[in-house]
Amino acid sequence: MPTIYIDNKPYEVKAGKNLLETSLSLGFDLPYFCWHPAMGSVGACRQCAIKIFKDEKDANGKIVMSCMEGVKDGLRMSITDTTARAFREQVIEWLMTNHPHDCPVCDEGGSCHLQDMTVMTGHDYRRFEFKKRTYTNQYLGPLIHHEMNRCIQCYRCVRFYRDYAGGDDLNVFGAHHHVYFGREKDGVLQSPFSGNLAEVCPTGVFTDKTLKKHYTRKWDLTTAPSVCHHCSLGCNIIAGERYGQLRCIVNRYNSDVNGYFLCDKGRYGYEFVNSANRITEPLIRTRPVEAVDETTLMNHLKNLITLHPVIGIGSSRASMESNFALMQLVGKENFYQGISDDTAYLEGRMVELLQQGDVHSVSLKEIEAADAVLVLGEDIWNTAPIMALAVRQSVMKTAANQATQQSSLFAWHDAAIKELVQEEKGFLANITILSSPLDAISAIAVHESPDNMARLGFAVAHLLNAGIPAVSGITEKEMLAAKHIANALQHAQRPVIITGSSCCNEALIKAAFNIVQSLHTPERKAGISFVLPECNSTGLALMKAPSFEGALERVITDDNCTAIVLENDLYRHIPAAEADTFFAQCKNLVVMDSLHNRTTEKAHVLIPAATFAEADGTLVNNEGRAQHFYQVFMPVNTHIKESWRWLGEMKTMQAKAANGLQQHPDEWLAKLEVTLPQFANIAKVMPSHHFRINGQAIPREPHRYSGRTAMQANLAVSEPKPLQDDDSPLTYTMEGYTGIPPSSMIPYFWAPGWNSGQAVNKYQQEMGGALRKEDPGICLFANKKEGASPFFKDSPEAFIPRPGKYLLLPQYQLFGSGELSIHSKAISELVPAATIVLSKKDAADLGAANGTLITIEKNDFQYRLPLIIHDELCNGIVLASAGYQGMPAPPWGSWVKLSV
Amino acid sequence: MLSNEEIQDIDHEAAKLPYKKAAVIEALKIVQQHRGWINDESVSDIAECLEMSAAEVDSVATFYNLIFRSPVGRHVILLCDSISCYVMGYKNIYEALQQKLKIKFGETTADQRFTLLPNACLGCCDHAPALIINGELYTDISIETLDDILLKYT
Amino acid sequence: MERPLTKNIHAGRQPLSLKEYTTTGGYTALQQVLKNNTPQEVQQLVQKSNLKGRGGAGFNTGMKWSFVPMGADAPRPKYLIANADEMEPGTFKDRLLLEGNPHQLLEGMIIAAYAIQANISYIFLRWAYKKAARVLEQSIHEAYEAGWLGQNILGSGFSLNMHLHTGAGRYMCGEETALLNALEGKRATPRAKPPFPQVSGLFGKPTIVNNVETLCCVPHIVNNGAEWFQSLSYSEDSGTKIYGVSGKVNNPGAWELPMGVTMRELIEEHAGGMKKGYRLKGVLPGGASTDFLTEQHLDIKMDFKSVAAAGSRLGTATMVVMDDATCPVGFVHNLQHFFAQESCGWCTPCREGLPWVEKILLTIEKGEGKQEDIELLQMHTQLLGPGNTFCALAPGAMEPLQSAIKYFREDFDRHIREQKCPY
Repeated sequence: MPTIYIDNKPYEVKAGKNLLETSLSLGFDLPYFCWHPAMGSVGACRQCAIKIFKDEKDANGKIVMSCMEGVKDGLRMSITDTTARAFREQVIEWLMTNHPHDCPVCDEGGSCHLQDMTVMTGHDYRRFEFKKRTYTNQYLGPLIHHEMNRCIQCYRCVRFYRDYAGGDDLNVFGAHHHVYFGREKDGVLQSPFSGNLAEVCPTGVFTDKTLKKHYTRKWDLTTAPSVCHHCSLGCNIIAGERYGQLRCIVNRYNSDVNGYFLCDKGRYGYEFVNSANRITEPLIRTRPVEAVDETTLMNHLKNLITLHPVIGIGSSRASMESNFALMQLVGKENFYQGISDDTAYLEGRMVELLQQGDVHSVSLKEIEAADAVLVLGEDIWNTAPIMALAVRQSVMKTAANQATQQSSLFAWHDAAIKELVQEEKGFLANITILSSPLDAISAIAVHESPDNMARLGFAVAHLLNAGIPAVSGITEKEMLAAKHIANALQHAQRPVIITGSSCCNEALIKAAFNIVQSLHTPERKAGISFVLPECNSTGLALMKAPSFEGALERVITDDNCTAIVLENDLYRHIPAAEADTFFAQCKNLVVMDSLHNRTTEKAHVLIPAATFAEADGTLVNNEGRAQHFYQVFMPVNTHIKESWRWLGEMKTMQAKAANGLQQHPDEWLAKLEVTLPQFANIAKVMPSHHFRINGQAIPREPHRYSGRTAMQANLAVSEPKPLQDDDSPLTYTMEGYTGIPPSSMIPYFWAPGWNSGQAVNKYQQEMGGALRKEDPGICLFANKKEGASPFFKDSPEAFIPRPGKYLLLPQYQLFGSGELSIHSKAISELVPAATIVLSKKDAADLGAANGTLITIEKNDFQYRLPLIIHDELCNGIVLASAGYQGMPAPPWGSWVKLSV
Repeated sequence: MLSNEEIQDIDHEAAKLPYKKAAVIEALKIVQQHRGWINDESVSDIAECLEMSAAEVDSVATFYNLIFRSPVGRHVILLCDSISCYVMGYKNIYEALQQKLKIKFGETTADQRFTLLPNACLGCCDHAPALIINGELYTDISIETLDDILLKYT
Repeated sequence: MERPLTKNIHAGRQPLSLKEYTTTGGYTALQQVLKNNTPQEVQQLVQKSNLKGRGGAGFNTGMKWSFVPMGADAPRPKYLIANADEMEPGTFKDRLLLEGNPHQLLEGMIIAAYAIQANISYIFLRWAYKKAARVLEQSIHEAYEAGWLGQNILGSGFSLNMHLHTGAGRYMCGEETALLNALEGKRATPRAKPPFPQVSGLFGKPTIVNNVETLCCVPHIVNNGAEWFQSLSYSEDSGTKIYGVSGKVNNPGAWELPMGVTMRELIEEHAGGMKKGYRLKGVLPGGASTDFLTEQHLDIKMDFKSVAAAGSRLGTATMVVMDDATCPVGFVHNLQHFFAQESCGWCTPCREGLPWVEKILLTIEKGEGKQEDIELLQMHTQLLGPGNTFCALAPGAMEPLQSAIKYFREDFDRHIREQKCPY
């Protein structure tokens, strides 16, 4: 390790880093704007100036930008040098010549990197006496607010939006002191990662527009570490509350999962928590006055669960704790997954394969670091957006690594590397039903039917491993594609194959498994990633419970059952006719959920459940990583409780004793581990609720939290007693442990002198690296063995369209397909119209044109949607918008009739 | 819509380069040559032609001072305001032009005949002051010769 | 006195056609090189001649070429670019060469391209040079027709294509890395160095960018040898130099003279001295971004080292004379207005500092200045230095300002004292 001297003190540092990140990693405060650990250096803002010296005797030195100088053994630099400090202070004064003095009315105020850096440099009084330049702001859509006058031209926004995330509708315009960052015209930002602008921008140019509607300063938020509930990736988030309302979501850095960024669904999908559609009180619908108090409810429930056989319907969007609490209440043999047989089968297959341990389930970080990626069948742009962003980084980084192999350029030297790389890309094969923006960075993009995609996958596997049979009847074109892909994967050291359940096709999963297992050698670390539909699909699948069809049979054979449905709108997963039958057959139907939906309408007893923000819980993401989310706030409405708490209370009532029963999430997890060994170690995901540091709990409120004596003064003038959280080591006060908590329990990033989110620097072992004391979740799938399981040999037959029938498959939309996110007003504005998609030929055969209403029909299922004709779609397949609000669950993966 | 001639010219320039978007400055100049200035529609048309986004085209277009993103008159007068012309009295020429045309820098005459713009050094400092009208260079200009020059442009 | 670059250029005459150029010995150097010399030999010859870049930086041209990766595994294609984006205010020397003898440039470029084994070349011409554009288009066409350009030139196996690119404005394009961005169809912001263009230049490939005048010297060095080129000069910097004078002198113009003539000779003899009624007050020796020199410096030699020793830079060696009837504050304000306008907007000190300087100077010029304003100006001259900013634009802008405050401080003070412009 090289040694460098900072202000004459020696430090052993990592080679290959720049002096800015090195200094920050060592704990020095050095101001910066344009540098970003995920995006590297460009040397634009000139804020991180330091002095370097030729040798010990050099007293003059020269000013350089620390972000643009690499570590060299023996290098001597000074941060405290008077000239360097004066220059850094002057850079702020220059920026302030045009930056408005509007901090009191700026949404960034209090969590502003520019404020922090201004204070850090010591700049105070301004000598600029002229008019500031002003700009017109743009309408950028419902997610991002634009206030260009505040811009300090660090170019981070365009570097993130364009270079990092691949968007092309945000740019820099003009020149000299009139550079403008925005769109060519007013309009909605097109990138699904646009919300990150609010965090990437060091000041208040781009801010969260949804937060603006119920604005709260960072210091006034009650925040807790949480996990995004909108897809299966489990991105880490910080959620903030005030006055009983969820106010905003910001990124919670986790080096293995989402790193610095979130997708817009994850950032803006939170407002369902504040929705008017919330279930706010227990209802017993069989009574003249439906709303009941808790005692009446519990007495009523007591009868339902003790006098009747009880079955439980679990949920892929409910926590492990809640699902397990339900299983405990109803008994293992009476617990069912609330999803269809087909879905449960597919998800079960994926989980089994990962459990076997033959193939390595990769993290998002590993996807970013992959040097060749094959996406086989999954439209990750819509079903797992942050994974798509990770794939983009893999493509870009691989190209950069190849380009810089012969040069001495460091990876952080962003602009220079981009020049060298030009249009080169790393290897990505995007094999999907329809094209996605990922096609633009793909070496090969194939759009085919699921069976044919699987055949291509089998062909690739065969090329990699002759032991896997060749695919019969494969076309020359397919063979060329297979060879291209196999060759690229073979030349990679860290190839990753991505597939998932959204094509309703098991052969894709088998093909992906074959490829990964064939690729894995001692020299080559191949990995697999399965994308699942919901935030806890993996966790629910791991419970190995029978699917909904089992439950249906039960209630048909035994019409005296009480069914408890946990946080699950069955109409989203089950054909309506089956769901109707089920509900009709249940003697008693108890539903617990947070929002009213078609299933809750059917409930005889409706129990208000807490949302993620009001609950503790654990989710298992697609990778098999268990991650705990903490309660952000206690609902003011005391009727609302976590499902596991309701279920625990019911269990106590059922068992007639509280002893030995679980009351806290950690206890539920401990019990889960014992009951279902496949969850071994999951209890480590959170410390005991007794956990304290130096006797102190971790405060959810920062040291500057204001108004706690005044917030409720309109109701009562005495200060209310702080809320007690017995479930976790987090507390609802400002008081408590002020140091850096264990990484899974960080409620906010805040450090002395660093009020903005960029305080995350102080929580990392090194810039852009792991968090200190990192424990970013517990991986439930371990690599047990290598290449031991048999390969799948049953490649499917080539897809043949059937006369008069069409294979119905889901088309997911980032905005629109989510059950919960759709209740966020901002997101609901962005939902594309629900449609069906057909090929040109199929549309012509039906005599239909774009916009023609087409009826999908199978047995009892009937649904009508307008048509969009898509050239890429192969004949014989019909795609329909999936997961839209109010839409019945179509018979995905089956052959349907279409009519105009 | 771009004309066939414009598209041909743009394709000709793009063929010399490793990828299409590298020809964007040429494309802007070609379209401006035909239309006098670049309107929003031209930005989108060029974007389509070169397989890039309108924002990318406009980012480049707004950087260069000789790509006009606002309408200009039939004739564009570029008066050099750099140092040699400053020493040799370009300000007098500017004042004379203001009086004659009733426009300041950045403005267009009511009859759309002239747009007057300042411009950095035209590279004929030994014959200052200088101006360019529609690409035609005039040097050693004086208030007296101005009328004759302007008369050429109707 | 030899004038190799301009001996065939005469005022009022049409540019030399290919035929005329060849009858005056044109393209013999290229023939000789292709027949007898390896690329490395050409590089060494030019390095030995001590030809220094005529665009202003004064770096040894042959040495610059030697940084280009050579050999079979060097990245390809490599590029050779003639920087004809002459935009330094007060500079008009390359125009003379471009409009007068275009094939001289072409021959220099082809030899330079051969020396670095580049197969694609561009002339980056500033937009305002309409006549030069026509002339160059014609000449490139002629050269292709005659087989001096294209595939397998003279059967040597060496191929070179050449394109003319005209700019769309912006002073920044004269900076070699910003020029590369402009050629790539991007905003002309400069690039960080290292990596230098010799290694990662146009489209990420090895690239040499040379000034027009520099390239025009190359055929003559090949024809006459390194020693001959050195002998042309009056100083240790080799060759001749095109010097120019503008401002209130009797005979403004540009002349090819031995490197190292004195400023006095240039102004008093070639430019015919100051116009009647005017006295010389200051001189920007090498364009707008060079420090003022004054009467006391008239006897210094106009070469890289001597001008630097006097506290300025040779720059483009086309000087702007400031007379005693011109207000130095107004003069410097004009310069700062130019630099502020031409800042690309990439780095903070330049983007925000220059407009501030411009505004302060205007305040002083209008008679509304304060004594503290001088301190603010000086703060800028100190902090907008090389290394502090991303490229050399702002440091260049500060050169005339700092020297104006040094030499003409009394003028600044009078503006503030009298609250008006005394001129």
